[in-house]
Amino acid sequence: MKIYADNAATTKLSKKALEAMLPFLTENYGNPSSLYTSGQLAREAVEKARETVARCIGASPREIYFTSGGSEADNQAILSAAELGKKAGKTHIVSDTIEHHAVLHTLKKLEKQGFEVTYLPAHENGIVRVEELEAALRDDTCLVTIMYANNEIGTLQPVREIGAVCRSRGILFHTDAVQAVGHVPVDVNLDNVDMLSASAHKFHGPKGVGFLYVRKGVKLLSFIEGGAQERGKRAGTENVAGICGTAVALEEAVENMPANALKLTALRDRLIKGLAEIPHSALNGDPLKRLPSNVSFCFEGIEGESLLLLLDDRGIEASSGSACTSGSLDPSHVLLAIGRVHDVAHGSLRLTLGDDATEEQVDYIIKQTGEVVSYLRSFSPVWRNLVSGKAEFIL
Amino acid sequence: MALYSEKVMDHFRNPRNVGVIENADGIGEVGNAKCGDIMKMYLKIENDIITDVKFETFGCGSAIASSSMATELIKGKPVSEALALTNKAVAEALDGLPDYKMHCSVLAEEAIKNALDDYYSKHPEKKV
Repeated sequence: MKIYADNAATTKLSKKALEAMLPFLTENYGNPSSLYTSGQLAREAVEKARETVARCIGASPREIYFTSGGSEADNQAILSAAELGKKAGKTHIVSDTIEHHAVLHTLKKLEKQGFEVTYLPAHENGIVRVEELEAALRDDTCLVTIMYANNEIGTLQPVREIGAVCRSRGILFHTDAVQAVGHVPVDVNLDNVDMLSASAHKFHGPKGVGFLYVRKGVKLLSFIEGGAQERGKRAGTENVAGICGTAVALEEAVENMPANALKLTALRDRLIKGLAEIPHSALNGDPLKRLPSNVSFCFEGIEGESLLLLLDDRGIEASSGSACTSGSLDPSHVLLAIGRVHDVAHGSLRLTLGDDATEEQVDYIIKQTGEVVSYLRSFSPVWRNLVSGKAEFIL
Repeated sequence: MALYSEKVMDHFRNPRNVGVIENADGIGEVGNAKCGDIMKMYLKIENDIITDVKFETFGCGSAIASSSMATELIKGKPVSEALALTNKAVAEALDGLPDYKMHCSVLAEEAIKNALDDYYSKHPEKKV
């Protein structure tokens, strides 16, 4: 059996998206900035895509800026808000400890430039608390940036409530919604969001394209200088095919969302239940307030990379927050932030199901994971110490 | 290109000399779970020859493969040869390791030296 269970990393391009893209990679190759027919065809397609994307998140087309992806959108939103804040004498930012590195590293850069950042704890369930956010806000806070859904443990943040607090205090609110858009209902008005980042390849669109939503009236700075594309906020010839693919994929994802979410939630819970039967294992993050496709576990006494390689041998493609999979000595900052100690965080497994997942596949994953975990434990000195009582079980 | 060589994957998938030696003459343990790698080596030594060796490893694919290869390189060899084993020799025997995984071969070398230290501490008369 072949199962791709790493849909938080990337997804398969939708057929409809590919079909929408192909003409702009072949005969309709005109530059949207050109005034002749083929150029104007491309321009029309880009603007139509902008309308579709806007409609899918409850925005208006002029509030959508296409980028090269989620990371660029995060960078631009945060750096822009910070620079504008600084001009107004506001250099404090509120975020949290489990953000994606596109946000965290941008914040680190700002800290070096003199900004002060408060990182809210994500607690054991992987969710920030609104009252703690409220308490962290100051008169000089220029930005709150809290992700919509976490990429590793899938937890959903109380974005709507956070947005309401920010709105009442007149503070800009940005959310990295890369894992959420196309998977859970996102509406920039209901969610009280001022800026939102998204990435197409996470919802069956193409890689290398994403968008930033910026509420009307919120000023956005440009960091790529050149032509006047994207209303002067992002120079460079538009990725026409990519933008068209993004719109079609998002429209499709939103259309199928109710049915997919229902189906995936049931499969997710089946998977969680099955994996929880492996002794000394634990689910990471809140069991309910999480993405419909995300299952993240820690297994005591084993290391994640060897688990991934053996699952791959058995046809299952997944990921881990183990240090060995990242090239650093530390395991995932998200797992550490929710209180998993290093030893346990190394033995993590993230399975993110696709829309085409089946019960049969889930049962196969449960069986194979159980076998591989007990095999790796059979020659793990850490496991030996645990079962012989020389060390105490944590999970 | 694959992450690891065929040799690494072979030793990872079918590790040689896995297990424990009861009443081992030397036991070595290196690494720590915090960093994600622990290796434990058990040696049986008779007449200065390593007659048997077993290992247990908590770690990534290259850590398991490095342990396995290291045991193969010293099994049946004189203690003096085991003492001279370098991490480079382990990595080379595996047809190379990615740069950021070289520390796994270092752990394998250290685990063997650690086990031999244990042996010498029990048999100081053997130390030359």
